[in-house]
Amino acid sequence: MAVAVPGAGTEKHEHGSPPGSNYLNAQSGVWSWLTTVDHKRIGIMYLVSTLIAFALGGFFAILVRLELFTPRKTIMSPHMYNQAFTLHGAIMVFLFIIPSIPGSLGNFFLPIMIGAKDVAFPKLNLLSLYLYWIGALFALSSLVLGGLETGWTFYVPYSSTTSGAVIAVTFGAFILGFSSILTGLNFIVTMHKLRAPGVGWYRMPLFLWATYSTAVVQLLATPVLAITLLLLIVERAFHIGIFDPALGGDAVLFQHFFWFYSHPAVYIMILPGFGLISEIIATHSHRKIFGYKAIAFSSLAIALIGFLVWGHHMFVAGQSELAAVIFSFLTFLVAIPTGVKMFNWISTLWRGSISLRTPMVYAIVFLFLFAIGGLTGLFLGMLGTDMHLHDTYFVVAHFHYVMMGGTVIAFTGALHHWWPKMTGRMYNETLGRVSAVTMFIGFNMTFFSQFILGSRGMPRRYYNYLDQYQPLHQFSTVGSWVIGLAFLFVLYNLLASLRSGAKAPDNPWGGMSLEWQTATPPPTENFLTTPKVLHGPYDYSNDPKGTGGSDS
Amino acid sequence: MSAVTHDAGHTAGHDSPIGPPDPSKHSPDFDVAHHFDTADQQFDAGRMGIWLFLVTEILFFGGLFCAFFIFRSWYLESFVEAHHHLDKVMGAINTMVLIFSSLTMALAVRSAQVNDKKKTVAFLAVTLLCAAAFLVVKYFEYTHKIHEGLLPGKWFAGHGFHTAHPGMFFSVYFMMTGIHGLHVVIGIGLILWILIRANRGEFSQRYYAPVEGVGLYWHLVDLVWIYLFPLLYLVG
Amino acid sequence: MIGPKVAIDSFWLPKQSSTLAPQVDFAWDFVLYTSTIFFLLLMIPTFYFVMKYRRKKEGEVTSAIDHSTRIEVVWTVIPLFVLIALFFVGLTPYVNASVAPANALEVQVTAQKWSWSFRYPNGTTSPGKLIVPKGKPVRLVMSATDVLHSFYVAEFRVKQDAIPGQYTSLWFEPTQTGDYVVQCAEYCGAPEGDIPSDKPGGHSDMLATVQVVEEQAFKDWLETGGEDKSVPPAERGKKLFAQWGCSACHSLDGTKLAGPTLKGAFGREEELADGSKVKIDENYISESILNPNAKVVKGFAPIMPVFQGQLQQPQVEALIAFIKEQK
Ligand code: HEA
Ligand code: HEA
Ligand code: HEC
Ligand code: CUA
Ligand SMILES: [Cu+2]
Repeated sequence: MAVAVPGAGTEKHEHGSPPGSNYLNAQSGVWSWLTTVDHKRIGIMYLVSTLIAFALGGFFAILVRLELFTPRKTIMSPHMYNQAFTLHGAIMVFLFIIPSIPGSLGNFFLPIMIGAKDVAFPKLNLLSLYLYWIGALFALSSLVLGGLETGWTFYVPYSSTTSGAVIAVTFGAFILGFSSILTGLNFIVTMHKLRAPGVGWYRMPLFLWATYSTAVVQLLATPVLAITLLLLIVERAFHIGIFDPALGGDAVLFQHFFWFYSHPAVYIMILPGFGLISEIIATHSHRKIFGYKAIAFSSLAIALIGFLVWGHHMFVAGQSELAAVIFSFLTFLVAIPTGVKMFNWISTLWRGSISLRTPMVYAIVFLFLFAIGGLTGLFLGMLGTDMHLHDTYFVVAHFHYVMMGGTVIAFTGALHHWWPKMTGRMYNETLGRVSAVTMFIGFNMTFFSQFILGSRGMPRRYYNYLDQYQPLHQFSTVGSWVIGLAFLFVLYNLLASLRSGAKAPDNPWGGMSLEWQTATPPPTENFLTTPKVLHGPYDYSNDPKGTGGSDS
Repeated sequence: MSAVTHDAGHTAGHDSPIGPPDPSKHSPDFDVAHHFDTADQQFDAGRMGIWLFLVTEILFFGGLFCAFFIFRSWYLESFVEAHHHLDKVMGAINTMVLIFSSLTMALAVRSAQVNDKKKTVAFLAVTLLCAAAFLVVKYFEYTHKIHEGLLPGKWFAGHGFHTAHPGMFFSVYFMMTGIHGLHVVIGIGLILWILIRANRGEFSQRYYAPVEGVGLYWHLVDLVWIYLFPLLYLVG
Repeated sequence: MIGPKVAIDSFWLPKQSSTLAPQVDFAWDFVLYTSTIFFLLLMIPTFYFVMKYRRKKEGEVTSAIDHSTRIEVVWTVIPLFVLIALFFVGLTPYVNASVAPANALEVQVTAQKWSWSFRYPNGTTSPGKLIVPKGKPVRLVMSATDVLHSFYVAEFRVKQDAIPGQYTSLWFEPTQTGDYVVQCAEYCGAPEGDIPSDKPGGHSDMLATVQVVEEQAFKDWLETGGEDKSVPPAERGKKLFAQWGCSACHSLDGTKLAGPTLKGAFGREEELADGSKVKIDENYISESILNPNAKVVKGFAPIMPVFQGQLQQPQVEALIAFIKEQK
């Protein structure tokens, strides 16, 4: 091994932890978890919390799909339906997809991957987690406080006039925003100030470049969401007339503010996923990643161009024609750095040594689904076709292909990739692959049918629909059950591994980045001594065992 | 390497203009946190964190300024008419008070850097007084507005206006000055906190990061007001 | 039950029924084919590489080639041109959809929870049904009274939000006669309390119909103010009386409201404000509706709105027939 980590796990300990101690067993008791400042424990708590949020969001998704099994009433009233899809969207976005990867895998692996002992501000990190919990409580309080049926977009004047717990939920999202800002801030400082000797910027794994770009967006976009939500809360509570047309305000202004955050936010959702895919593909192809710098800088490019395209959500919402034209043009520019990533990943497969383990199967599923999701984004970015497709199921299908087919698939793959490292246990490989394939099938059933529905004119957020759309809706609903089954496989596989899985070696996939060089599970301070890094994170080339290589 | 001694890996003083650190002046209970190698690293990280936080603050207010400019361009006449109802004298007094407090804050930071505990505490106390004075003036302005019915949106009950949307001006006015005022209140809390710590002698030329951080925050609060004052009170 | 329907005659898209539709569909085809090509360009190598470079034994030597500036430029620049082409292809239909022809028939559209109402230049109002001539451009000027709504006709490929406190517009030129369903494409909530049977789901049941008819038929319809001749006039009058708010000022049971009761009005001698007398007949009623201030009844203020230009002749006739019946 060219990484100078003196025999991780075997060497004499300099201080603190006794032999065999790791972050999980160093201390015990609930209180030790709730007061920990260890980034790994915080990461685990984020993981559990966001997965619970995902299950809850998924539960509402299943309800939504059930209701759409027939037009008119299947199992619930229109009010309940509107609440179901609002909560589904809001939970998935604010409680799951935005905090999940940075909060869990980012927290856990970022310091390890740069050879640091922790993030720069460990207490702030714990505060982010608590803010997440408090925000989540506010958001979920709507379940008992009369529900929320504004859609996850909170468009005024509907949101400023309808009944329901709008203030509680928007306040929750406001707090979650601060949690997100603090996480991003912490990560940026950590990457600037805490890299171990030898970890130059270009020796950071690409997941960290992606996390860095994400953090930039979190830092620059989230405050605007905060002020928007605050204005909405005050508007609703005191009728100050910023957004309400009846008082001289402007409903379209709200949309500008909202999308100024929420479009960049879709890159907060996908960029960490991109980073994970880089790690999985390189590790499981045992190959130096193709176009390291291109992938690294395309993340930054996406993050920055992503700030200039928000108006593509409002092509037919009453913004000026000129603005629409400019936004459309800029929208297309985002596709270029994204394409660069795709091409480089595929080139990484070329002349690699590809092992089709579960994480890699997920990565290939990702390439397939994200390609469809991204390309259909172009249909929406085109002014002419968006007139027809806006607010139809085509949009619903597009964003599920990128968010679920992209981010969630990447997340699930990475969870398998790093599960051994985090828990010290191996899961069942066969069941892992079966779950990936099942998910692929169920996903396409559920959402490809929605492209067809949408292009044929089925609007979104519809409780009832024209009879002619029923067959495709039913097919989609059945697909959602297949997705549910796939997640049950995943859930069973991972939980069972904790009880009866084989003990994981330190480096089960022969990875080269730093997290594989420390013990499994990692000790509290990650490494027994600060590692000195001598080469890049993907230096597999020219090494007969696939575990070493030349300097980069 | 040991992580929790006072000197932990500290090799050279940070580039403060004060000169090399004097080990005899160490703050009594200052530790380098376990995950930093050196005090410098910790100090740099902290400073960068504060700056990034200030960036988010600027974007936060940026949204409000954006709304201000949009509504002002739509309802220009109303804005011009309504802004005459603000008390320029009070606004100007408050501007002076805040600028002065920024100065005393800067002096407090300076004093902390040179280990002058007495002056640090004194300057912080003056800053605190200025902040309180600002709020008192703001209180009188607000009560006056409320008395005249110059309230936002639905609550607007002002008389003698000739244009259609004076309420919009007051919506923006109250939102902007209100959120700024909230920042002043938070600032008072923070200044009080470092004042107490300074009084306990926790800061020294080796360790004054919290004073500097709060100082930067206070300058931002001041800066925002320096934009708010002309935009709301002066430009017609 | 055969409800409203979107006519679909291809795998992806509804039937083209406006002059705009073929333009939008050209853009659709363009982006569909481009995307398919790029999708294959990504997926064929992916699966080929995965099969070809599948790990056969541990410790295989992998390529050390880790970048190529030339190929990096290729896959940046070619997509750039393709994407710029897509932008322009998408721009054309949008620009055409933005600028309505000068001779377009202008219809005012009001959207409110959960119904659409259409008003023609001659004052004819048609709730829930937009009747337009085939082959003529129609421009809709839209607004909403409560929350956002969006006017969407899939076969025309048009969509535009209706916004409270603001006017937005949209135009189309239908090319085929027939009924088209208008769906509301901006979420606008659901009714509180008991679900009304006509709009059970709120937003999802905020439908309307666009009926495209031949030009002559449209003219006839517009001149009659959209009256259905098969219904007896008095019955139509009864509906109009409620719809136009006459009942707010005129009772039918003898009570005096803001206006004289219309109970037993027909044939009555009425004293006017200037002291003269007049007998209530067809002409007088017609004049009272269209130009009420010409002859003001004694004891009443001249507050009745002028209906000239709003109610059409057949509608006035229907109202007269109804008033006649109030014995
Ligand atoms: C993870 C989240 C995510 C991501 C990554 C994206 C990515 C993109 N999105 Fe998506 N989008 C959403 C989440 C996301 N979106 C959500 C949640 C909504 C709806 C919100 C709501 O209303 O509720 C939405 C809605 C949405 C709209 C508004 C639709 C409407 O309401 O009318 C538009 C319009 O332009 C759009 C476009 C795009 C584009 C162009 C991209 C691009 O970034 C995609 C780029 C990728 C590719 C193009 C594929 C790979 C590229 C190549 C192989 C290069 C070569 C290709 C060619 C030359 C063709 N999206
Ligand atoms: C991260 C984002 C994310 C994810 C992952 C999903 C996942 C899913 N979504 Fe979601 N969706 C959104 C974000 C997301 N969605 C957003 C933002 C909206 C817009 C809301 C709005 O309009 O305001 C939306 C809207 C939306 C609609 C449109 C509603 C409408 O417009 O009327 C539909 C309809 O089919 C739908 C379906 C689904 C389904 C079937 C899944 C499935 O993939 C879910 C699968 C997950 C699970 C099933 C849970 C995990 C499983 C287990 C723990 C195992 C046990 C469970 C079972 C056996 C059931 N979603
Ligand atoms: C705002 C109140 C108001 C509304 C609405 C209104 N009217 Fe009247 N109407 C009056 C008043 C007041 C008079 C008596 C003064 C006058 O003749 O102008 C009157 C007079 C009349 C008369 C003459 C009655 C008489 O006894 O001489 C007729 C007929 C009539 N209205 C029909 C209608 C019809 C039909 C409508 C609806 C399309 C209508 N009005 C709507 C207020 C109203
Ligand atoms: Cu009206 Cu939806
Ligand atoms: Cu977007």
